[in-house]
Amino acid sequence: VVDGMTFSVMAVDSGHGGNARDWDGRWNHVQKFLERPGPFTHPDFEPSTESLHFLLETCKILVIGAGGLGCELLKNLALTGFRQIHVIDMDTIDVSNLNRQFLFRSKDVGRPKADVAADFINRRIPGCNVVPYFKKIQDFDESFYRQFHIIVCGLDSIIARRWMNGMLMSLLIYEDGVLDPSSIIPLIDGGTEGFKGNARVILPGMTACIDCTLELYPPQINFPMCTIASMPRLPEHCIEYVRVLQWPKEKPFGEDVPLDGDNPEHIKWVFQKSQERASEFNITGVTYRLTQGVVKRIIPAVASTNAVIAAACATEVFKIASSAYVPLNNYLVFNDVDGLYTYTFEAERKENCTACSQVPQDLKFAPSATLQDILEYLTENASLQMKSPAITATIDGKNRTLYLQTVASIEERTRPNLCKTLKELGLTDGQELAVADVTTPQTMLFKLHFTS
Amino acid sequence: MAQSAAGKSNKEQKYDRQLRLWGDHGQEALENAHVCLINATATGTEILKNLVLPGIGAFTIVDGHKVTGEDNRAQAATELLQELNSDVSGNFVEESPDKLLDNDPEFFHRFSLVIGVQLIESTCLRLAGVLWNAGVPFLVCKTYGLVGYMRLAVKEHTVVESHPDNALEDLRLDQPFAELKNHIQSYDLDNMDKKDHSHTPWIIVVAKYLEKWYNEHNYQLPKNYKEKEAFRQLIREGILKNENGVAEDEENFEEAIKNVNTALNPTKIPSTVQDILNAEGWKNITAQTPAFWVMARAVKEFVENEGEGKLPVRGTIPDMIADSEKFINLQNVYREKAMQDASVVSKHVESLLQSVGKVCVYKSKKKCKNAAFLRVVRCRSLADECSVELVNKDEITSCMDNPDSEMVLYLMLRSVDRFFQQHSRYPGVYNYQVEEDIGKLKLCVNSLLQEYGLNVNVKDDYIHEFCRYGASELHTVASFLGGQLLDVEFLLNKYGFVMPKTNLFIPFCLNNQKFLFALGCAAQEAIKMITHQFVPFNNTFIYNAMSQTSATFQL
Repeated sequence: VVDGMTFSVMAVDSGHGGNARDWDGRWNHVQKFLERPGPFTHPDFEPSTESLHFLLETCKILVIGAGGLGCELLKNLALTGFRQIHVIDMDTIDVSNLNRQFLFRSKDVGRPKADVAADFINRRIPGCNVVPYFKKIQDFDESFYRQFHIIVCGLDSIIARRWMNGMLMSLLIYEDGVLDPSSIIPLIDGGTEGFKGNARVILPGMTACIDCTLELYPPQINFPMCTIASMPRLPEHCIEYVRVLQWPKEKPFGEDVPLDGDNPEHIKWVFQKSQERASEFNITGVTYRLTQGVVKRIIPAVASTNAVIAAACATEVFKIASSAYVPLNNYLVFNDVDGLYTYTFEAERKENCTACSQVPQDLKFAPSATLQDILEYLTENASLQMKSPAITATIDGKNRTLYLQTVASIEERTRPNLCKTLKELGLTDGQELAVADVTTPQTMLFKLHFTS
Repeated sequence: MAQSAAGKSNKEQKYDRQLRLWGDHGQEALENAHVCLINATATGTEILKNLVLPGIGAFTIVDGHKVTGEDNRAQAATELLQELNSDVSGNFVEESPDKLLDNDPEFFHRFSLVIGVQLIESTCLRLAGVLWNAGVPFLVCKTYGLVGYMRLAVKEHTVVESHPDNALEDLRLDQPFAELKNHIQSYDLDNMDKKDHSHTPWIIVVAKYLEKWYNEHNYQLPKNYKEKEAFRQLIREGILKNENGVAEDEENFEEAIKNVNTALNPTKIPSTVQDILNAEGWKNITAQTPAFWVMARAVKEFVENEGEGKLPVRGTIPDMIADSEKFINLQNVYREKAMQDASVVSKHVESLLQSVGKVCVYKSKKKCKNAAFLRVVRCRSLADECSVELVNKDEITSCMDNPDSEMVLYLMLRSVDRFFQQHSRYPGVYNYQVEEDIGKLKLCVNSLLQEYGLNVNVKDDYIHEFCRYGASELHTVASFLGGQLLDVEFLLNKYGFVMPKTNLFIPFCLNNQKFLFALGCAAQEAIKMITHQFVPFNNTFIYNAMSQTSATFQL
């Protein structure tokens, strides 16, 4: 029985439409938390009837991701009373989403997640206005993100998280070295994997950020090439062989047709070839399911874990929006493989965090080191873990791109620089290098120090 | 569900992400299950949503609440939930649980699991008694303000696949079986060419150097840190050197050194499994003995005979640097031994069943592979928990050494139940009641503590906070609402459920994230109970959304 849902229906039925949104008693439960004093509230909390108004009419929330976590988040936030909700998701709906992303039905397969999710919520919850964007987070700039009071992420990619993290850092305003609190947009980040999940609260510039705790996300292990190429032992090795080596060589579906994990014909081909490879080495265990899992890097998922983590995240959104309770400080880990386990701790800020510390990053290399050495450092260092950094520097008064991977023509042109030494490239001690990468929306500045 | 390269059924596609967690057999168990939900409140239906989405076979909602209109709450909820997944069949019974207990208590015997949401204490205890005697697992779920509560009551729940996070490998290096010994013998590290030497699996490397160590140390395993370090050094010295005496790059030897600690773990039966093998209750096999216990007995017989004190070999080894042939050959040595052991256990099963006149119909291979991961969970009954003689005083008082332990929230929930008993409503529902109810609730707390002889201090802050909640439900903790928290009449008048068959999606709890947290947990525990995979909690779970902390107590 839903508080006031009945009244909501009656109101809609009698044609009052969007205006008769707040039937008597609809927000009773929420009001108890906003209008009553209590012993455990936030020290700055003052009971007031205005908090409810802020929650309902003014507070603007951005939800990133309309998948497993996103669907649950949208529902939770809408039902708590938030009405100005925007949601970004670049994906379309797949059949395998339907076991947990409950805002979608089989008839919606193929449609953009953000659109269908927004539609569903707007139709079922009177007064709620979810605005969808079928886009990537990188399609928006500071002016877009600045409008939100709170941002909640239900992402499945560390790169995307870091990018979002970097974006919020770039919005921070420092005056005489002091952070202006009104420039802080809280970021609540949730993640799930099978029966495990975590939720964290990030106050940019104040608490540990994504990059401060990058070591908590160990780099994805890819199988070594020699294993895949000549010494497979596991069925996974056989599948990777087909994916990485055989497909590009045989181009089974055409010259420029990349392997699409969502195309059953492609997976079927990979499966068959993987079985052939496996039988060459007497390896058992190649199945269709394993093949798809390896090709798409599938992470198992269930409805319940997403429900739990989304609930925890939405709780924090409510706490922050209402100042009713002290927010989570600042990291919650959840695991229900064996019983139910939660662990809450305060992740610490890293003094020289590349994203939030404002401390210039140092690069210490000998002048005889090569640009390749720097590139490897940027990608392999545990605190940086860049994906495909583009390096530029001002040399002889001119801004020069030393190396850039993401545009083929520029990559070809700058590739010879990789073998050149820093001295040969004309770099000097104390020089600044600007590095751009998918993991951050802002260019990172490094100071080059020559070692002897 | 057949796996063919040609195409997967739509169901397999839909459930793909969860099949990777509990497998086809787990899904089958889920689809054969019939769950009963009592009270189609927003919270109850939220739990069901998380069971309907993954494909539970059937559900039945029991709810006697009438709404001002034609539709009954149970019926409306059933229809909406079915919309989520057409594979699931939904039923409803327009009857209160109390009435059913009066007229037809055996109604509940048919269910795989009963989930009770927002039950008042008296109904909850009655139902618990019936289910306990019938052997039907009972999951109680409550939320109150920012607190979530779950209680599992089941006499004995067996877990075949617990899927532990960090299981130790079963390598048997300290007690190699004959085939493994022979295989190790077939290697001569001192006379191999470089390529073979660098691609010999680390298990073989450790085994070989262990032989050397045994010769010099009176056949004793390296025991302490010093000895293990010395053993690592022994292995390190075995790394090939080039003509300048510089050590070559032999990753397999590095792996061996890294894995010395775990490789030398003595092979032994985990205590949880020992307890199962020695369980008193199932010492004598009869025709009624459940399959799990027949299996346990068979494993025990194996351990005492062919196993020579050890469990059946698990048969898996981790991946390691090695060439394909060496790795596959080594892997097959373990696999074949595992299959051998499994068939010996099967023979024990067969003869045990024959001795009681039954025929073996189930597959025991899976249980064999998982012999080390068998678990049994026994939860105390609610009757025992609430009995003055059997209350778990020790657990309660020792937790309350920290007055802010989640245990205080448990005591408050019990006190609030007491308040309802006395006043037919919950404290602080209306603003004007809050002040006065604090005193009344305090009396309930004190009477509870006194009745159970609990010498603990419940801070006034918590009494105040529970009055403040006014039995409300912030969407997140889960709309606990329903009859439990509110005055019943108040409920029917104000919250009566009117729902034309069109718009409303009931699973949209208007409430508590906290509840939703607890509900997400509840659905997962229900799945564990049904699939007999993963270990359920035992037996009381409290979630505090204020601090985002939780605790599990055995009450």
